[in-house]
Amino acid sequence: MTAPVIQVGHATAGYDGRPVLRDVSLTVTAGEVVAVLGANGSGKSTLIRAVLGLVPLGAGTVELFGVPQRRFRQWHRIGYVPQRLGAGSGVPATVAEVVASGRLARRGVLRPPGRADRAAVDAALRAVGLADRARDPVATLSGGQQQRTLIARALAGGPELLVLDEPTAGVDAASQEAFAGALHDFLGTGGTVLLVAHELGPLRPLISRAVVVHQGGVCHDGPVPEPAGHHAEPDHDHVHPHGPEEPAGLWSS
Amino acid sequence: MDLFQYDFMQRALVGALVIGLAAPALGIYLVQRRLALIGDGIGHVALTGVGAGLLLNRSPVLVAVVAAILGAVTIELVRARGRTSGDLALALLFYGGIAGGVMLVGLSDASSANLNAYLFGSLTTTSPADLTTIAVLGASIAVLMLALRPALFAVCHDEEYARVAGLPVRALNMLLAVATAVTVTIAMRAVGVLLISALMVVPVATAQQVTRGFRSTMTAAMALGLFAAGAGVWVAATADTAPGASVVLLAIASFLVVALAAAARRVLRRRATPAVVGAPEPHEVVLR
Repeated sequence: MTAPVIQVGHATAGYDGRPVLRDVSLTVTAGEVVAVLGANGSGKSTLIRAVLGLVPLGAGTVELFGVPQRRFRQWHRIGYVPQRLGAGSGVPATVAEVVASGRLARRGVLRPPGRADRAAVDAALRAVGLADRARDPVATLSGGQQQRTLIARALAGGPELLVLDEPTAGVDAASQEAFAGALHDFLGTGGTVLLVAHELGPLRPLISRAVVVHQGGVCHDGPVPEPAGHHAEPDHDHVHPHGPEEPAGLWSS
Repeated sequence: MDLFQYDFMQRALVGALVIGLAAPALGIYLVQRRLALIGDGIGHVALTGVGAGLLLNRSPVLVAVVAAILGAVTIELVRARGRTSGDLALALLFYGGIAGGVMLVGLSDASSANLNAYLFGSLTTTSPADLTTIAVLGASIAVLMLALRPALFAVCHDEEYARVAGLPVRALNMLLAVATAVTVTIAMRAVGVLLISALMVVPVATAQQVTRGFRSTMTAAMALGLFAAGAGVWVAATADTAPGASVVLLAIASFLVVALAAAARRVLRRRATPAVVGAPEPHEVVLR
C-alpha cells in the first residue's frame, strides 16, 4: 500500500475556459492528512473538485489509487464531504436518509438497502454524535450538525480516502470538536484525508502536511505554516462565501 | 354508486387511481429539484403529439408519449450541453409544442371538443386500449420511482455528491426526464394538459406539511394522490362535474385542510408549552 492515493501531475483546470488552477502537482500517500490552505478564490476548492472529477481537467493528469481518474470506478473507496448541504428543497429528509446515501457507492443503484447498510448508517451517526437525531429532518439541525451529517454520509460508505471541502467554515466549536474526533477515529482505521480549509482550529494536531494554494498554483508544500496577520487573531471571522459554482441546470438544482 | 356499474365509469376510476398513485411518486423528485412546473411544459409538447396522432389516425396517447419523451430528452440535452439561456430554448419548445398541437388538431377531422378533452381531461372517454396503456405505463413509473428511491433521492438531493459516489447521474437524469414525459401523457387523459402538474405537485406539497422524512413524504403523497383521484371521480360521477377539475380541486382542498391543521397544531403546541419559546438550544454532543 505504498502507491499514492492521489497523484496530480501538472493539472490545469477552470470554469468556462477561464483557468483557475495552473500547472498544479500534488501527491497524497496512504495515511497522510493533507490540508489545502489558501485565500478565497485561490483555487483550493477547484483543486479538490478537479481531483474528484467535478471540474474537468484542461491539461495534466489526476490518478486515484493508481488509476487515471477517467477510468476510476471504485468510488466507494472515496468519501466526499461538500462544504454545504444543497439548498433546502422543501421536501423533508431525515438525517438517517441523507446519511444512507453514503451507502450507494458500495451497494449500487439497483440493490435495496440491507442490514449491513443500516448498521453502517447507525455507526456513522454515532461516530459524529448524531445518533439521537437520526429521525429528525435535516433542515431542523444547526449548521454544524448538518456538516456532521455530511461527514457521517461520507463515513457510512466505509471509504479509505476522505475529501472534505471547508469542513469547519462557519461551524460552532462543539461541532468542530465532534468533527475532529470523528476524523481522529477515521485515521485510526488507516484512512487518508485531503481537506480544504481556511482555518484549521481543532483539526490542526491531526494535519500531517499543508499545501498552500495561491493564485492557482502551489506555493508551499510541507509543515503547517503559522497563521499571520489578522488571521492569527482569535476573533477573526472565517466565514466566507462559497467559491465559483457550476451553473445550475434544469435537471440539476 | 349506480354509475360505476358502467364499464366506462370503471375504466375512468381505474385510470384515475393509477395516475393518482404514479404522478406524486414522480412528482416528489421534481419538487425536490424545484422543477415543480416542468410537467406543465412537457404537457405542452405532448399536445403536439396528440395533434399528430389525431391527424395520422393513430392512438393520440401513444403518439403523445413519443412526442413528450422527445421533448423531455431535448430539454435534458439542452441542459447538459448548452451553456447559455436554457430558458429561451425551453420557451421555444413549450410554446412551439402547444401551437403545434392546436394547429395539428385543427388540421385533423377532430372537433374543438376533442381538443378540450386533451386540455382539461376526458376521463370518461377512456377506451379499453387507453386504459391498458395507462395501467402498464403508470404502474411501471410507480414501481421504478419506488425501487430506485435511494439513488434518485441522492441525485435530486445532492447531484455532485452522487457523481462522486459513482452513480450513473446522467442515466438517472434521463430516466426522470422520460418518466416525466410518460406520466404527463397518461395523466393527460385524467386531468388534461393544463392541470397535469397539479397531480404531481399538490399531493407532495400537502404531505410535506406534516412529514419529517423523504420516504414518509412519498408514501403520504401517493396515498393523497390515490384519495384525490378516487374521490374526484366519485364526485364527478355523483355531481356531474368535470372529472379532471374535481380531482385537482379535491387535491387542493386536502392541501388547505392539512396546512391549516398543521398550523393550528403548531399554535396549540406553542401555547401549551410556552417555555419552549425562550428555552436555550440543547447542548451539542461532544465526542470523547
